[in-house]
Amino acid sequence: MSPDTASITAGRLGDVAGKKQPPRPRRPVRRLLGQHPIGIAFVTPYTVFLAVLAAYPILLALWISFHDFFFTAPGVDVPKPFVGLDNYADVLSDPLVRRSFVNIAIFLAINVPLTTIAALALAAVLNAVLPLRGFFRTAYYLPYVTASVAVVAVWLWLFSRDGLVNTILGHLAPQPSWLVNETLVMPLIALYVTWKQLGFFVVLYLAALQNIPRQLYESAAVDGAGRLRIWWSITVPSVRPATTLVVVLATIWGANLFTEPYLLTGSGGPNGASMSPVLIMYQKGIQQGKPDFAAALGFVLVAAVLALSLLNRRLLERE
Amino acid sequence: MTTTHVPQSVAPEAATASSTTASAPAAIGKAARLLALSAGAFMFLFPFYYMVVGSLQTEPDSSPGGAVPDPGDLSLDNYAAINATVPLGRALLNSAIYTGGVVIMSVVVGALTGYALAQLRFRGREALFTVLILLQLVPFTLSLIPLYILIVRDYGLGDTYLGMILPGAVNATGVFIFRQFFLAIPADLFDAPRVDGASELQVLRYVALPLIRPALLTVVLVTFIGPWNDFLWPFLVTKDRHMQPLAVALANYISSQAGNADNPFGAILAGAVVLAAPVVLLFVLFQRHFSATNLSSGVKG
Repeated sequence: MSPDTASITAGRLGDVAGKKQPPRPRRPVRRLLGQHPIGIAFVTPYTVFLAVLAAYPILLALWISFHDFFFTAPGVDVPKPFVGLDNYADVLSDPLVRRSFVNIAIFLAINVPLTTIAALALAAVLNAVLPLRGFFRTAYYLPYVTASVAVVAVWLWLFSRDGLVNTILGHLAPQPSWLVNETLVMPLIALYVTWKQLGFFVVLYLAALQNIPRQLYESAAVDGAGRLRIWWSITVPSVRPATTLVVVLATIWGANLFTEPYLLTGSGGPNGASMSPVLIMYQKGIQQGKPDFAAALGFVLVAAVLALSLLNRRLLERE
Repeated sequence: MTTTHVPQSVAPEAATASSTTASAPAAIGKAARLLALSAGAFMFLFPFYYMVVGSLQTEPDSSPGGAVPDPGDLSLDNYAAINATVPLGRALLNSAIYTGGVVIMSVVVGALTGYALAQLRFRGREALFTVLILLQLVPFTLSLIPLYILIVRDYGLGDTYLGMILPGAVNATGVFIFRQFFLAIPADLFDAPRVDGASELQVLRYVALPLIRPALLTVVLVTFIGPWNDFLWPFLVTKDRHMQPLAVALANYISSQAGNADNPFGAILAGAVVLAAPVVLLFVLFQRHFSATNLSSGVKG
């Protein structure tokens, strides 16, 4: 009935177009709540979830991190005094926390470049017309969709002291073995996570590669550009937004490492060489009853990741 | 093989492709690529093969010869062994209820929210969408401690299915996928039933949802993987062994057995196969639903 065609154009454009129309009779409810007030009812459940299970917990975490907070029985009201930045000071001066950040730095230094390069290379090869393409895509994707707990079990067996990898290596097997070796344990976990997540990033790059207009390649070929030249001048710059996403996501996922050190090395061993910040949050916050310390550590971690992501974005987008 | 290219190169579109003339270097390049891909695929698939082999060997054999199993040595003993410590039926039931709860919540709430965001004009729509994207940027780690305090300590929902499910209900993947699909439908299509007096809920149920049936399956599959594989959150919520999903029960078995038993790997691998099998099966059957756009829609918006 009403000239609703404007609403086909999505979002703000539709609203603007609506306002430009000659005034037509509108009920006051609609002027206040919009053209479809029922929409508010539709989004209410999710908005409540967001408020209660996402927004409020973050505010609560912030509050906890500035107070001397401890677990009490439900309903018991014990004063939890404001302690300013004490929790943050405790976090930053904790040697194990420092160790965990060094571990994550080692992890990211291996995982992020390896993931980016391997995913783009694999995607480029898969993008070419090949026999068995579907099979290869499935193969590379499988670890990503499988539970980490399940695949960790195989890696645990493969890299155990008498495992397949060491029996193949024979005398070359590292001493002490992989998972109890302070130098090798973090690189091994970084390799494991790269292997586990690579398929997701390959599919991300595949989508980006398919969006590159064919004409770009054709005109480059006409101009006589070589394969390497085409790769560096067309492919790599064209997928740069995807690269930014890959780097940022890999950094965030890596910084939140928990399951792998928890299961592969028996909670961050040997000697804290595979300790991760989230593992400390679990041990301190829940096992040892210091949620204030854990909450502050959470914010320190997020701040570090944010800073790193901004830096990465700058570097990637400046080139 | 090369002869199959000849008819293609006659086709007008294919004339632009670089492989019109199947010269020797191109063929070698193609073979090299295939070889490299196959080597890579072996690295990606071998652990899965090895998982199944190890789970069937009475005494998991970690010598290179053990990778090629002796048919006489295969048995289901390890499955019986893990089942004795971690009752698999109960653990699978817990996983199924936890996963099912999150999937149902994501589909119902996601369809309502995605439809409203895509097709309805109401006050606060843009604001809600902005908040939704902003909250996706906050890692789960930050809300880990307060959610534990709220759900387990304050509301006493530890060792309950509701306690496991609730944080999963905030998952925005469903909202984003539904919104994306509903945006693609012309708004005119919904005007006719509205004029006929259908309520907005009826429009959604009888007109909009049937149009996006593939999206429904996609949302179910993509949200299924999350809770089925999830470890950290259900691990915090469930201390009672009868309430633990399989991922948590198996992880506890791994951490209590590592270094304990002589050869605990057989039972661990049997548990791993049971945990991995449903997702692997779903993935292989419905592969095309796991595209990057669907999986990364939670990130890109």
